[in-house]
Amino acid sequence: MSLSNGTLNVRVARIEAVTPEIKRFTLVATDGAHLPPFSGGSNVVVLIPHENGTYRNAYSLMSSPYDSSAYQIAVRRVEEGRGGSLRMHEAVNEGDVLEILRPVNLFPLSKHARLHLFIAGGVGITPVCSQLAELRLRGTPFEVHLAVRGAEHARLGEELVREYGDAVRLYRNDLDQRLDISVVVAARPLGSHLYVCGPESMIQDAIDSAHAQGWTDSHIHYERFLEQGSVGEAFSVTLARSGATIEVSPDQSLLEAAEAAGHSIPYLCRGGACGECETRVLELDGEIVHTDDWLSDEDKAANTKIMPCVSRAKCSRLVIDC
Amino acid sequence: MTIQFRPDETYRDDYTYANSPECIARAPFPFPDDEYMYSMNLEPHVSVGDGALKAIFDIDEHYISECRDRAITLEKDPGMHYVSAPHMMEAQWDLLELIMESYASDYPEYFTLEKDGTRWHWTNTLLNIDDTFTFGDPSTLPYEPMEYITRQAQGDWVLQEERDGTLYWGAGIATQRADYSLRFNLGMAWHEFHGPVPLLKETGMLDRALKFLLRLRCGHPVRRLNWSLTVNPRLDVSAESLPDWAPDRTTVTAENAGKLVYLRIELQPLHRLPRSNAIVFPIRTYLLNLEDIATNPAWAKRMHRVLKSLNQELVDYKGFTRYRDAAVEWLSQFDDGQDEEVVKAG
Repeated sequence: MSLSNGTLNVRVARIEAVTPEIKRFTLVATDGAHLPPFSGGSNVVVLIPHENGTYRNAYSLMSSPYDSSAYQIAVRRVEEGRGGSLRMHEAVNEGDVLEILRPVNLFPLSKHARLHLFIAGGVGITPVCSQLAELRLRGTPFEVHLAVRGAEHARLGEELVREYGDAVRLYRNDLDQRLDISVVVAARPLGSHLYVCGPESMIQDAIDSAHAQGWTDSHIHYERFLEQGSVGEAFSVTLARSGATIEVSPDQSLLEAAEAAGHSIPYLCRGGACGECETRVLELDGEIVHTDDWLSDEDKAANTKIMPCVSRAKCSRLVIDC
Repeated sequence: MTIQFRPDETYRDDYTYANSPECIARAPFPFPDDEYMYSMNLEPHVSVGDGALKAIFDIDEHYISECRDRAITLEKDPGMHYVSAPHMMEAQWDLLELIMESYASDYPEYFTLEKDGTRWHWTNTLLNIDDTFTFGDPSTLPYEPMEYITRQAQGDWVLQEERDGTLYWGAGIATQRADYSLRFNLGMAWHEFHGPVPLLKETGMLDRALKFLLRLRCGHPVRRLNWSLTVNPRLDVSAESLPDWAPDRTTVTAENAGKLVYLRIELQPLHRLPRSNAIVFPIRTYLLNLEDIATNPAWAKRMHRVLKSLNQELVDYKGFTRYRDAAVEWLSQFDDGQDEEVVKAG
């Protein structure tokens, strides 16, 4: 079966600084083949190795979905973050090989919209870039309202203005050009859809403005990165039947850690839905972070069961029945 | 892999369809236990063994005959068995690409695909097809992309669009559907088109399955099995053609059930599609009559128990109320009441 469940190997073909904080990485397949196609608004998770393991950071794909010869991602340098973006900025060079996961779309376009309205702030423009390429092919009208801090942060926006002309409007904070979302959403025709990607305050402002105009939630979309698979804090777990204690690292699930240590837990979906890996909790000193869709709210509150494929624990001791 | 095709079978009128012993052995037997109830039987669609679970999309000895039967059904009632909402064109191209790439990589002796930018060259030696077309331009194909490629594919195919936190039925080709109407279902959401299924909502499984599928990722397909029973090896048992096949239910007796009653196994490998973000639900049907099943005594014993103990609401829903007893009686000769045998599904 040629469909791989693993990662993709890509080579960093080009790194450009597009603002003082944002670098754009162009990634190509190491074997020169085309990369998997994707839809506008998709992201990829980049595996960023570091001394003690691997960061898994999701970045929006900003290249055209109809050109799968390369992917482009924009990485904003986050000084106060875990360190993934800093490593991307400082330790990754052109020619390096990176591992990425296949694209996932958590911010898809509505196929029924008659007018697409995009509100973005700063690096939040990145998922919109691939969406615009898709919309241009489809011939659906759109408007982009992009707020940036100043001239040196406006380069991505200026590229879009060159590409799409009047459909893109830039608001520069240093010139006192204020983006008033309530004006953008006012008096729009039925069938308009709103997309917001930016700081939390911008998302909330957009939702409130649209609600005030009588928009329904089905026409308001905003970008949020959900955890895929199971990542979080490290914890240890004891498997009662063998007596083995296993360390679950931040970037693996309990199920993966058990498998890596040679234990088998029954599973099917590996996504917290099917119930196959449901396991009894025998001892717990702390709390379980339930992230599955299988256990009932009562079961989750009781902390007597865990789904090892997705859920984790914050505890000093956890013993499970397997 | 070389398949000994049976190119002249019929799925109607004189019903010359028949399985070789090899084709029986490779079927994905759907009963993991002696009692059947719906379960979240979703698992990663990874290649297993040499049977029906080996390829991304399985084809078998019936490929040529099944494609011909599809063409007959499509021509008989134009517009009834293939429908697509206008906004599903991207998903159609996604599906065409997925089937072409999968068939070409799993069965290179029968299918080839060459891409030169958007200029694609596709050959299908089994159906004598050699076409060059422009990917993304429907005017370069004799049919819409979904109809074009699924006329060359085994099984029914449904495209579901993700919107507003649920899945909508956006397009489908269904010439072998088990008593439902494609056109009636078009445009329905997940909870609507599952509405008629008894005992399902109560389990909470519908909500869980939807949540799981909304997280389905490109390149990580999952599969599930479903099943039903049909009298005669008939693929087109649609709601619209009910008068043509429903009366056959009255012909089953305990004596002829072995020949007349067919287990319909549905293998459903679900994929997220890359450009459209839609999900494709293939329904690949395997038809085995009870005599075929009985060539594997463990299967016959298991199926006897499943049919005998099956909840009446499911019997009614699956449409074999009239002949459940006859099928159970015919299968009873293979059940000695002992429990020592372990039957593995798939």
